[in-house]
Amino acid sequence: MQLTGAEIVIRCLQEEKVEYVFGYPGGSVLYIYDEMFKQDKFKHVMVRHEQAAVHAADAYSRSSNKIGVCLVTSGPGVTNAVTGIATAHMDSVPLVILSGQVPTAYIGQDAFQECDTVGITRPCVKHNFLVKDVKDLAITLKKAFYIAKTGRPGPVLVDIPKDITNQKCEFEYPKTITMRSYNPVVKGHGGQIKKAVQMLLEAKRPMIYTGGGVILSDAAEHLIKLARRLGFPVTNTLMGLGGYPATDKQFLGMLGMHGTFEANMAMQHCDVLIAVGARFDDRVIGNPANFAEISRRIIHIDIDPSSISKRVKVDVPIVGNLPDVLDDLLKLLEASAGVPDPKALAVWWKQIDDWRGKKSLKYKQGKEIIMPQYVVEKLYEITGGDAFITSDVGQHQMWAAQYYKFDKPRRWINSGGLGTMGVGLPYAMGVRFANPKATVACVTGEGSIQMNIQELSTAKQFRLPIKIINLNNRYLGMVRQWQQVFHGNRYSESYVDALPDFVKLAQAYGHVGMKIEHPADVEPALREAFSAKHKSDLVFMDFITDQTANVYPMVAAGKGLSEMILAEEL
Amino acid sequence: MRHIISILIENEAGALSRVSGLFSARAFNIESLTVAPTEDASLSRMTIVSSGSDAVIEQISKQLNKLIDVVKVVDLSEAAHIERELMLVKVRATGKDREEMKRIADIFRGRIIDVTDSTYIIELTGSGSKLDACLGAIDGSLILETVRTGISGIGRGDRILKV
Repeated sequence: MQLTGAEIVIRCLQEEKVEYVFGYPGGSVLYIYDEMFKQDKFKHVMVRHEQAAVHAADAYSRSSNKIGVCLVTSGPGVTNAVTGIATAHMDSVPLVILSGQVPTAYIGQDAFQECDTVGITRPCVKHNFLVKDVKDLAITLKKAFYIAKTGRPGPVLVDIPKDITNQKCEFEYPKTITMRSYNPVVKGHGGQIKKAVQMLLEAKRPMIYTGGGVILSDAAEHLIKLARRLGFPVTNTLMGLGGYPATDKQFLGMLGMHGTFEANMAMQHCDVLIAVGARFDDRVIGNPANFAEISRRIIHIDIDPSSISKRVKVDVPIVGNLPDVLDDLLKLLEASAGVPDPKALAVWWKQIDDWRGKKSLKYKQGKEIIMPQYVVEKLYEITGGDAFITSDVGQHQMWAAQYYKFDKPRRWINSGGLGTMGVGLPYAMGVRFANPKATVACVTGEGSIQMNIQELSTAKQFRLPIKIINLNNRYLGMVRQWQQVFHGNRYSESYVDALPDFVKLAQAYGHVGMKIEHPADVEPALREAFSAKHKSDLVFMDFITDQTANVYPMVAAGKGLSEMILAEEL
Repeated sequence: MRHIISILIENEAGALSRVSGLFSARAFNIESLTVAPTEDASLSRMTIVSSGSDAVIEQISKQLNKLIDVVKVVDLSEAAHIERELMLVKVRATGKDREEMKRIADIFRGRIIDVTDSTYIIELTGSGSKLDACLGAIDGSLILETVRTGISGIGRGDRILKV
């Protein structure tokens, strides 16, 4: 049967079992929106800004392991979406972004709402396409979904000129796809896995360091089995939180710039390090030269060969899909029946417990001013550690990562790679669409929340009962902290003046607002917000917090992991 | 160290910009880049001359392989290979220089492919250093224009880059 391009787009999305498309209509996608109007197999979520559409689709994917789908118009629709796309790209989130383009004959003529979408997005997508013939449309969309989800996942953009959506051709959706230029590895190399097992069994001061790859590939269970079998300490990166249960005794907390003392020290002083789905980035290991000063043998498992030996030279590289590789590792371990040296391990754990004794996350909650850490701790208690937590970017993000103990994967949704302020609220929306019964809280700050505050309107339209925890310190807190530590207390442009009354703002959008100013009110307010009374409400909780609170421990940029600044003696 | 990297890439619109964009985005060095379709019109062959430490060259190879359109990547300089570059140089050829230019073209086994009363165009192929040597042998004030293609490379013997 002959279908128009617009009908083909809709049919392809249906074939891919898409549940939600996050988007915003405009001139060049009108045929697609028209066809969407005539179907009810998937729903469209109209956001208030294209950036939020991509963030929402991104969190939908992160919290469900399905592919997030967005639809935006040409020109400004695309440029607005770019921040969202780059955010997803840095954190390897599988998305398919459909963008409208001016009609084929107008391309290059500086037409109204024209931009070079493929050119602008090329550096921040896994791949992109410009469809030049309606006959290529179905196969291109099939490729887009295939590329987004396989190998190291990532966003794929398909740019569709308006005339293509109105031309007809025969429709057949390909069932499978093969590409001679793209064949991601799945199984790890047997010989390398054997070497890794040997090295793990020889370890005296071992360390397991895991990242976002564990979450993305659903390898948490495999990781837990491996860690339990070996009895080794585990640390997670910011992106990897939830990959190993935070309440487990083998867990040392997050590592990196704001990691725990014990995690960073163990990272620096271990003799065998196994990196699983992590990429040794600058916020994680600090200065690579300093990291390399202490010699240790490194096993690195990752789906992306280019992540291996990029910043840190490794001894045993293993390219493959994490669940497959970890399974093979475990099988070999079982077959060998070997165990790591129990005496050496006991000494190592003793050392780690000493480091733990520093209690590097301690802080003091007085009677007068609310400490931001305290709010997160109470949030953890009241939600039973079982909520989906999204965050924005800054101090509040680090406190959420440090004080909310994630026991399950896909519960912690934040922008780790790009560090995009403004993701928190659209992320919470996306999570809720993917998990319609879940408790969803967005930990944010008065700076970040204002970068996508318009989404309060979308949240109202779709009745999303998100709980917003606004840690309001009237400062761009992380900027202020760096200015305090590195720029002689000169707080250049980091004070947030003329803030709105967030309670009234929430009410204006039809939500519930609360202002909390005293430590004693923190717990009751949270209890109320999460109670049955507000089951269907978005509650905006504006916590007025300590203006001088800093995130500790802190490894200054360019310094080594063991050179931590700890909280002032309390 | 200097490396010659050969790539087979899907002959799609924008293929070149994916490669050149990768080099600039990751601050990789690029000395020359040549590209043209192969005998199979759906594939382009690219030769890139780059330099960097072993770690950098390893990253270049890996990052190129990561591009969805790239089918194969080979570092030709890892083994025996042949490299050639084509140069066209327009020189002033008047008076006693006319004879001298002819001699230089002959010495470097170039060919004169265009002649006017006052100019020659010399065509020359060879390694980059041979072309450099030829240019060095000509009085600079007589060189009116040069155009070079950049290096094309191919492995010797049984080393074959093909799908």
